[in-house]
Amino acid sequence: MLKVAVVRKRPEFTLEASFAAPTPGITAVFGRSGSGKTTLVNMISGLLAPDAGEVRLDDEVLTDSRAGIAVPAERRRIGYVFQDARLFPHLTVAGNLRYGEKRARAAPQVIGFDEVVSLLGLAQLLERRPRQLSGGERQRVSLGRALLSQPRLLLLDEPLASIDAARREEVLPYLEALRDRFAIPMVYVSHQFDEVLRLATHLVLLDGGRMLAEGPVSELSLRPELQSIVGPDLVGAVLEGVVTRVDPEHGSADLSVGRGTVQVSVRGAPVGSRVRLQILARDVILAAQPVQGLSVRNAIASTVTAISNDDYGQVLVRLDVGGETVLARITHHAQKALNLRTGDAVWTLVKAVSTRGHAFRITPAG
Amino acid sequence: MPSSAELDALRLSLEVALRSVAFSLPFAVLIAWLLTRARFPGRMLFDAFVHLPLVLPPVAVGYVLLILFGVRGPIGGWLRAHFGIELAFTTAGAALATAVMTFPLLVRAIRLSLENVDRGLEEAARTLGASALDRFVSITLPLMLPGILAGAVTAFSAGLGEFGAVITFASNVPGVTRTLPLALYTAMQSPTGDALALRLALLSFALGLAGLLAAELLVRRVRRLLGP
Repeated sequence: MLKVAVVRKRPEFTLEASFAAPTPGITAVFGRSGSGKTTLVNMISGLLAPDAGEVRLDDEVLTDSRAGIAVPAERRRIGYVFQDARLFPHLTVAGNLRYGEKRARAAPQVIGFDEVVSLLGLAQLLERRPRQLSGGERQRVSLGRALLSQPRLLLLDEPLASIDAARREEVLPYLEALRDRFAIPMVYVSHQFDEVLRLATHLVLLDGGRMLAEGPVSELSLRPELQSIVGPDLVGAVLEGVVTRVDPEHGSADLSVGRGTVQVSVRGAPVGSRVRLQILARDVILAAQPVQGLSVRNAIASTVTAISNDDYGQVLVRLDVGGETVLARITHHAQKALNLRTGDAVWTLVKAVSTRGHAFRITPAG
Repeated sequence: MPSSAELDALRLSLEVALRSVAFSLPFAVLIAWLLTRARFPGRMLFDAFVHLPLVLPPVAVGYVLLILFGVRGPIGGWLRAHFGIELAFTTAGAALATAVMTFPLLVRAIRLSLENVDRGLEEAARTLGASALDRFVSITLPLMLPGILAGAVTAFSAGLGEFGAVITFASNVPGVTRTLPLALYTAMQSPTGDALALRLALLSFALGLAGLLAAELLVRRVRRLLGP
């Protein structure tokens, strides 16, 4: 368990956060830019000292302002992947990778050089200089360098932020491979919810230096605090299920979620693997009666558990769908037309296609 | 054909300049580091003191050195009593005077390169387990290398021509302290020295130009090696 409770006050900015992140596991620190995410991970790494508070990693105290304990960053064995990679320009890729490895001789050698090189696809780059690498390659080297320092915890500060959207796939699959291969706990800073959905199990929400909420991703996906950060279009319940059938030709899969089955659009998730998906509230259709002759692949009997007006002049409906909670956003007119009330039985309709890009395998494929 | 006096002067100039740079380089790195990274009271005064040789008359610097490092001076006397080192009127003394005069050039170049080192890289090294000294040696120093080399070559070139402080502190002894500028000055004082003076002047000119070009090429080469 990584326990963090820190306060840092500056005239222009105050950061206050306290949470407990499961280890192993990936904890996302999520918030808009300027919300204090980098300051928070800097305090975990030891590069920055909190005014007051403590940081503990698996019963080891790293920072305790009251007891006067502050283990220096170089002795924490916490790896750090910076937003701008920060590769050493005077060393080759191999030299960069070896830098942390050489200094971690005393630590238990869990992660080997060759393994990292093959896992992150660095074999062709070893003799190159950092300036000869693309943005994605740089981040992969930075990741490998941090891993080889045999860290007990890995901090990733928006590792994809300086890479253009089209090239994020040069890094994201490697992060997944890392998660699947090693049990290193990670703290992943991001302001892109799809990255959180894809990688993280636990979520810490920051806004303006204050922690709004923390908890499992699926739980927080239903909370209004998250909705206020991601905006109306990315509101939606996060569910997890096991793949029961795949149709590789059409890139779809059947997912057993709760007591029911959902057909989703996902690739690279074989039968038996776990998939996390977000059903965006704006993509959900509600029907008062069973419908026929529609192309929609998922039509599930469900119950309305709550109705609320959201901040955008529309209605957010909370549904019990086979024991799982799903959110739907509809207009006031739609609510009136259906005469929708709490406790009503409705059919929840979700197009399989609408889950494309919002469903990801979260356990090893093999 | 160059005369033996010319060759002597050239050899002496090179020796004095080389010794002065070799001697002052570690101190220049240390002081550049203090001026850039350390916070201590009187830093501005210290900064000004380091740069003083740039604005003082060289003769004044030589005079102060004579008072301090002369055979009967407080430092000079101690060095002679304990180590048998004599600086006044020796080649080593000429190198010391040259080192003091070129020191600000060296510090300025090194300081500039240190200011350009990305502190973020040192932070990265820290998270990879490198201690303060380790970070300095493995990251900071190599990244400062272009500045250190440029400063060293510039100081060396300037040192070839140091006149006032050398003649005041180390005098004008043929074969011992009579470097190129001193030999040039001596030739100009002699009624028959015109041709020699011209040759020495041209030699100084060529050396200076070569030094500056070498500095530029060296920096470019090292930069390319180090990357952006």
